[in-house]
Amino acid sequence: MMNFDYVRPASVADAIAAASEKGASYLASGTNLLDLMKGGVSRPSRLVDVTRLPGLDRIERLADGSLRIGALVRNADLAHDAEFARNYPAVAEALLSGASAQLRNAATVGGNLMQRTRCAYFYDAGSACNRRWPGAGCDALKGENRLHAVLGWSEGCIATHPSDFCVPLVGLDAIVEIEGKGGRRELPLEALHRLPGETPERETALERGDLIVALRLPTEAKGFARHARYIKVRERTSYAFAVVSAAASLRIEDGRIRDARLALGGVAAKPWRAREAEQVLAGAAPDAAVYREAARAALSGAKPSGDNAFKIELAQRIVVRALTLAARGTPDRIPALPGSPFSSVAGA
Amino acid sequence: MNLPLSLTINGVRREITLDDPRVTLLDLLRERLDLTGTKKGCDRGQCGACTILVDGRRINSCLALAVSHDGAEITTIEGVGCGGELHPVQAAFIAHDGFQCGFCTPGQIMSGIGMIGEGQAGDDPERVRECMSGNLCRCGAYQGITEAVLEAQSNMTATKQRRSA
Amino acid sequence: MTVELSLTRDPAHIRHGSNIGQPMTRTDGVLKVTGKARYAADNHPAGMAYAVIATSCIARGRVTALDVTAAKRHPGVIDVMTPAHKPELAEDPDAKGNPFAFRMELLQSDEVRYANQAIAVVIAETLEAATEGAALLSPRYQVEIARVGLDAGEAYAPPVVGIGNPAEVRHGDIDAGMTAATKLTDATYQTPAQYHNAMEPHAMVAVWDGDRLFIDTPSQGMGFAQMRIAGLFGIPPANIHINSPFLGGGFGSKGLISGPQVLGIMAAKLIGRPVKLVLRRSQMYGPVGHRPPTRQRIRIGTDDAGVIAVINHEARVTTSSFDDFYEPAADASHTLYASPAIRTAHEAVRVDTGTPLFMRAPGEATGSIVLESAIDEAAFACGIDPLEFRLKNYAEVEPTTGKPFSSKALRQCYARAAERFGWAGRPLQPKQMRDENGFLVGWGMGTATFPAIMFQGNARAVIRADGKGVMETGAHDMGQGAWTALAQISADSLGVDFDQLTFRSGSSDLPDAGIAGGSGHTATVGAAIHNAGAAVIAKLAELATTDERSPLFGAGNAGVVARGGRLHRRDDDARSESYAEILARAGLAEVDATGSGAADAAAQSQYAMHAHGAVFAEVKVDPELGQIRATRLVGAFAAGRIINPLMVQSQLRGGMIWGLSFALHEEAVMDHRSGRILNANLAEYHVPVNADVPPMEVITVDEHDPHVNPLGIKGVGEIGITGSAGAVANAVFHATGIRVRNFPIKIEEVVMRLG
Repeated sequence: MMNFDYVRPASVADAIAAASEKGASYLASGTNLLDLMKGGVSRPSRLVDVTRLPGLDRIERLADGSLRIGALVRNADLAHDAEFARNYPAVAEALLSGASAQLRNAATVGGNLMQRTRCAYFYDAGSACNRRWPGAGCDALKGENRLHAVLGWSEGCIATHPSDFCVPLVGLDAIVEIEGKGGRRELPLEALHRLPGETPERETALERGDLIVALRLPTEAKGFARHARYIKVRERTSYAFAVVSAAASLRIEDGRIRDARLALGGVAAKPWRAREAEQVLAGAAPDAAVYREAARAALSGAKPSGDNAFKIELAQRIVVRALTLAARGTPDRIPALPGSPFSSVAGA
Repeated sequence: MNLPLSLTINGVRREITLDDPRVTLLDLLRERLDLTGTKKGCDRGQCGACTILVDGRRINSCLALAVSHDGAEITTIEGVGCGGELHPVQAAFIAHDGFQCGFCTPGQIMSGIGMIGEGQAGDDPERVRECMSGNLCRCGAYQGITEAVLEAQSNMTATKQRRSA
Repeated sequence: MTVELSLTRDPAHIRHGSNIGQPMTRTDGVLKVTGKARYAADNHPAGMAYAVIATSCIARGRVTALDVTAAKRHPGVIDVMTPAHKPELAEDPDAKGNPFAFRMELLQSDEVRYANQAIAVVIAETLEAATEGAALLSPRYQVEIARVGLDAGEAYAPPVVGIGNPAEVRHGDIDAGMTAATKLTDATYQTPAQYHNAMEPHAMVAVWDGDRLFIDTPSQGMGFAQMRIAGLFGIPPANIHINSPFLGGGFGSKGLISGPQVLGIMAAKLIGRPVKLVLRRSQMYGPVGHRPPTRQRIRIGTDDAGVIAVINHEARVTTSSFDDFYEPAADASHTLYASPAIRTAHEAVRVDTGTPLFMRAPGEATGSIVLESAIDEAAFACGIDPLEFRLKNYAEVEPTTGKPFSSKALRQCYARAAERFGWAGRPLQPKQMRDENGFLVGWGMGTATFPAIMFQGNARAVIRADGKGVMETGAHDMGQGAWTALAQISADSLGVDFDQLTFRSGSSDLPDAGIAGGSGHTATVGAAIHNAGAAVIAKLAELATTDERSPLFGAGNAGVVARGGRLHRRDDDARSESYAEILARAGLAEVDATGSGAADAAAQSQYAMHAHGAVFAEVKVDPELGQIRATRLVGAFAAGRIINPLMVQSQLRGGMIWGLSFALHEEAVMDHRSGRILNANLAEYHVPVNADVPPMEVITVDEHDPHVNPLGIKGVGEIGITGSAGAVANAVFHATGIRVRNFPIKIEEVVMRLG
């Protein structure tokens, strides 16, 4: 990797100043960034180490019932926080279905949000990729693309976002707190990641120097705790990225779905909130027919970007499964195989 | 650029001056401190051979910049067991033949120790398999690994109970 | 016993006084669990520099420019080795001195013949500098269109397949068989390119001292490596000292020294300092061999009762554009099932990849999954249980040669594994079983087989004045347990207790032990050890029985037995003398002898020699999502004498996991335009993780084979893959009713076809 200037600022303000130069990049645990640097995909000239910034490693319950998670909270610590897992079980399950225990011990909340696609053409320095090199073209488009996007893609980029964690979060209206040159601002997580459109290289809504300092889950997010699941299909039982995943969070009262949140992973350049499906579900009795209708709605805008038509069918089925399992009730504890279809029994 | 850094490695405090910020914890251990028990299988966080404990937690040392870990307490395979006695996880790996070529073994053992410390798997083999899935073994010694970790955990629990009784 | 590696030994893990046949734990176990086992890349001679290879990102063409200046400008970079700047070699790396001298890229030209080929080497004071130096070379290329995949060009008949096997074999009358058959299974299968992916990347630490060379490098065949290096550098083989006590897995990829390893030696020569060169994981997808993709058409004709009338197994394989290795995939059909007519044939296509090479069960693995799947198809077509079908077509003699088997306990394997698995009562029709959670459950089986191969190996035995024994052999432990199993054989062959033995191995300075491959290392080196031991005991016996002062005087060679460090009269056990006493009286510091092991040509011409096994698999399939998980594997194997049951179990389990992986997981994905491998990593090249591996049971069936070799060993390193891959695939069919003929079985194949 390219040599870089290493700085370890003492405050958020110093960090932002240090990262506002061209070529600078924030370093948290580095589980994704170092991988990208070793692959020659990222070549930052300065690393701004934010791991020592004070106050960003806390999980705070706010007075209004919302939850504020510091950007430096480690994935494993969040997933294993008993209260967090009780209140946001699908988020905990998604976290634990991702990567490996070692990576979850290191990776931070902020870093997870900022992780970049696993598209092989993005990683392969010898391939054309509009994300890496705007205007270069997209070798994935006519390449080996059975795992690429089926929603929201463009001719310029068909990559998918690899995060598990973000999928249930986007359904729960999570909010990202950002500090930048212009001060503090907030953004719905759904607006953080961008679809490629004409500018695939602009992966997020962040500006140079922007630092994610926290993630907030609004008060209502706790309301889905009794009916929430994350289900992930992958090519081995563990330690693999999603082929397709779905997070379903339901509020069921008097035999009716009062509120439904549904999001898909592995299908688009961003964690995909399926609002059309949520509308189908809202007010309906939880049954297989309505799940199927919701699944159709969720994928109504889907089209294959290559050799991946099966993902549209699979995504619909996983939506049905996630809804079915969520309606059946959140398991008492995180399943032995988090997110796996083979842990589909309640309480398993 | 000279980067001073203080690490406690296997209980010994070491003051290190790095001339290069790119050095990972893994390469620091292996290439500069002659602690070669920790292995490099992929260098990209995809195999687990480089697993070490940092402040008691298992991580992939290949994806950790040394300079970012100033002040950390590090345990490697060379630092487990005491006074020539094998750590219970090490002993159980031998007894259950939890390895063949042995290359992934230090990482497996550190991961097993880390996993037992995390206390999430309990005595459920399925949970152990899941929790140990960050450590690839191409020889396919997984059954022995799972058995070894389960047995060591149960021995360690029993010892702890005896001590506290 | 002592491993000459400053072993800190925990006596508790070694069982005393027991040798062959005992489930001893590994003698190198303590070294391996403490991190003290020194693998090649763990060495760090004084003054060592780091070398990093720059690899091509095109699959075919030429390198037109390298920015050597930029690389050299990077602080710490010492030198950049390129085609224009490298030590002279004594031999063309493209010369084909013998069939095992595979062509390698040693910067002999600017030509690129596959992606991930070495195009330069950057040498620096630190690993970080060398790595970045390699990136700074920013190569430019003249690109030619890459030939990718099984249809990349015109197919041709290879001269031979595997190690000198004929490309086509015919037995009986194929046309008559086809005419006689009333039911025909005609299926075409595809298997993907696979990469060995030993956990330890290939590494070289090279130190030159004049024209002597000292290297630490993992090797499955130090003798071969010595010869190749000697040729390339123009120095005598004896000047080359290879240290390879431990391999972090090899699986065939370390059988022959690879180009990158030699580049490390060249780099050391270029700068006149010790050099370490270790491949990055991605760089292992190219220059160190792979299992090529195959397309196999197999036709199995039977009569109405399910008796096979004909097997016609055709395979297309790829090889590189510049060398010849042909995966003998169809040869799997030679030995397992009786048929009056059998034909196997191969054709090949040249593609722009590295040359494929031996990868754990080369040919057997690719052929077995297809044969066992097709047998399952044929049984199903006949409406017969797959086990019954196999028993109906059991080969009493080797079908293609008519030779009797030296031993064959396959029937017992079938019976014991089936019973343990609970095969009886399996519904014939697929998609009949579900578990309590609604997952589809399927049961499948496969027959395992692997030939009992021997190479050539040597050993030297010594009895010392203190009565202790020493055995020396340059054997290779890539995880199979040579340090332990060969020591067990050594102790028995010398008639000493295990703790009275010093076992030296893992170095080219010891007697050449041949190659650790073909599942034949224990048999070959075991025979050498056995013979060396017998020879040294004979010398001791000669000393004792011809000496009037010995209680053994007059017993004659045949009349003594070696045991526990003493010779006893066979006819009077009470009359004995210790080795130490014999040597002391003879005034000798030690007595030594050598022995060698090799196949017995006469026995081979008379008998077919194979290990066998039966594997039963259970899988669960999510009926809507298509995700598959193996939940149970039971295998029974008959492989002659078992030296160490604990390690044999481990090897067989490992092989079965490779079979599972073959069926469900691993595949190298290549861009069909560029020829670049898109998943040249361990995140997306899926090898099974712990959670993929179900509870497994391995049964070893006793088999006494007086013909294979003096110890009756057949070898277990590779057989576990065969049978298992097919068993898992057949279980998927049984669970779903879907016959996937493209491996690995992918989610979409199941999702799109499961209603």
